Amino acid sequence: MALVDKLGAALDSSGGGIILTSVDSLADWARGKSLWSMPMGTACCAMELIAASFSKFDFDRHGTFPRPDPRHVDVMIVAGTITRKMAPAVQRLYEQMADPKWVIAMGNCAVSGGIFYYDSYSVVRGVDELLPVDVYIAGCPPRPESMQDAVFQLREKIATESIAPGKTRPHEFLLPVPGASSGGGEAE
Amino acid sequence: MNINELREHLCGQYPDLCPLFSIEFGDGVLVVGCDKLHAAASDLKDLGFDRLGMLTAVDRDETFEMVYRLTSRSMSAGIFLKCHVPRENPITHSLNSLWPAANWQEREVYDLFGIVFKGHPDLRRILLPPEWVGHPLRKDYEDDRMVRRPDYI
Amino acid sequence: MTLDIKERSWTTGSDGTPVEELVVNVGPSHPSTHGVCRVIAHVDGEVVTKAEPVIGYLHRGIEKIVENRTYLQIVPITDRLDYVGSMYANWAYCRSVERLAGIRVPERAEYLRVITCELQRIASHMMSLGSTGADTGAATMFIYAFDVRERIVELFEELCGSRLTYNYVRPGGVSMDVPEGWFDDILSWTDAARNSISQMDRLFFGNFIARGRLKGIGVLSAKDAVGWGASGPVARGSGVNWDLRKHDTYSVYPRFDFDVPVGSNGDAYDRARCRLFECYESLRIVEQAIEQIEPGPFKADGIPRLLAPRPGDAYDHIESARGSLGIYLVSDGSPRPYRMKVRSPAFCNLALLPLLAEGHTLSDLVIVLGSLDPVFGEVDR
Repeated sequence: MALVDKLGAALDSSGGGIILTSVDSLADWARGKSLWSMPMGTACCAMELIAASFSKFDFDRHGTFPRPDPRHVDVMIVAGTITRKMAPAVQRLYEQMADPKWVIAMGNCAVSGGIFYYDSYSVVRGVDELLPVDVYIAGCPPRPESMQDAVFQLREKIATESIAPGKTRPHEFLLPVPGASSGGGEAE
Repeated sequence: MNINELREHLCGQYPDLCPLFSIEFGDGVLVVGCDKLHAAASDLKDLGFDRLGMLTAVDRDETFEMVYRLTSRSMSAGIFLKCHVPRENPITHSLNSLWPAANWQEREVYDLFGIVFKGHPDLRRILLPPEWVGHPLRKDYEDDRMVRRPDYI
Repeated sequence: MTLDIKERSWTTGSDGTPVEELVVNVGPSHPSTHGVCRVIAHVDGEVVTKAEPVIGYLHRGIEKIVENRTYLQIVPITDRLDYVGSMYANWAYCRSVERLAGIRVPERAEYLRVITCELQRIASHMMSLGSTGADTGAATMFIYAFDVRERIVELFEELCGSRLTYNYVRPGGVSMDVPEGWFDDILSWTDAARNSISQMDRLFFGNFIARGRLKGIGVLSAKDAVGWGASGPVARGSGVNWDLRKHDTYSVYPRFDFDVPVGSNGDAYDRARCRLFECYESLRIVEQAIEQIEPGPFKADGIPRLLAPRPGDAYDHIESARGSLGIYLVSDGSPRPYRMKVRSPAFCNLALLPLLAEGHTLSDLVIVLGSLDPVFGEVDR
């Protein structure tokens, strides 16, 4: 990552914008099309995550292949309730993932605590208390199709990223995405 | 075996347990003193209640009510065994020597209610992390991280 | 996280030679722990000398949450207990409430409960058999198993609009009647299901590698099974002929003709076989129930939205896919329960892990854990 950072900064500063754009588009294409995922399935949503990978839904055809090892993966799918006892493990696994890395919060529990928001002494109210989350999927549990949709959304988001630090890339969104202006390209 | 046959069977075998027997919601209930719990459980085991189905506690302000649910395969029946542990200094006997099933369930009650079981081989927290403070299923448990649900009704 | 594990230690073996003991941490996020179980395994070479399960990574405090919910609001929370078989917790809870409040359930509702719960048993066992296959290196089992499971999940979706958390069984009956043609859909599917299950049987249990991996692993004696409170296929695999549907019967189960598969050796193989044969029996029950069911009300009349049973406590249990699932409810006369305790079969079965895993290799620890079929929503609650 450090080398990529340096390369990105060098290309960005010395008028290498054309090369940077080409490298960016190649990197984003490669990253977006093979999002290996780490199923951090703790509770009910894990069942739908498994269902998404097997018969009928067949997740693999989108290049999203579940790997249980944090060092192999690009995206962590937090599927299920995270409790205070589990939180350090989730954080540690996130830290072990190699950059660039993304997080999908699947299901209401990972989004906000869901049905266990009130009166629970042990539930973490949303995994975003622990990790930066890129895509949220609502549902209790969400259908496998919405899991696939989340990967498409994440792919769109990846397409806006640049290897230059702090820079984004212009990208035509298929759907309006809050916070990302279509066609805008300059760093914020 | 229905509940009346069970009562007769129990009274025939153990007359001293008979006056403690009552029927509530179709289930036999036997309330004993906690010092006699182990003996009563042992008697019931000899009577044919060979499984400890459930073990839990209920917070009753002054005391903790220990609830044991014993089931019998031969009689196709179940019975409750209850005793009251004082809230101050809650100590009772472990049934681990009679049924190993009590092992984890007593750890759970220790974890969530803070009731200490004498004679338990390995009394540690089981569900909550070891550094947790307090026993959440007590009615007076306070936790800053807990959000109470607003009263809609 | 505090990992309180000493890296290595030397102990003295029985013959006086020093033995190097290694501690291997499995979980809490591990593909073969079927959820968020952590096992601290002490190994001598490849052989497990002591396995200590650490649970509670999914402890959501459900028993505390329900103390601040009305009786009807608790039904969706019970869905999240055993998320592989949500119908069971619904039903066990509703039976306890009905006992407490003295509600009589119409016959059609009982039949609908039986049909949905027996379908749920197949769906749940499919999950278990699929993961047994994956644990032993036959990942194709998952694909065959999910074929059957997905069909059941689709049927449930048609019935109550949800794939996993059904909220279908309610105090006094069920939430809604079946859609038109639903029974015909089931009846036209049962033969295909039988075929798929027997195909799985031949594919997996007919394979000598699978038999070699499962036979003689995690042997549980009948005495231990009773003493440790094991139930369901775990107890029946050891020859304990104890099925609440048959031996402490409830609902309309006495009207059906079905067998209870019982194993004899108490190893992982027998437990898996029991699950497989139970699927056939469940299909038989479903067919008989559809034949016997008659039109009528699907919910008892006059059940208030705000149930407030008289003070007292009640316990009722049903046979879930994992064993006897009981709910103990204490009412103080208010619209909210004073205390609810879930007697979880998976919790009691999982307590057997240290006993069963000892003396097996580390790779067999995974099979022992899988053969107990824990669902951590229910273990940790």
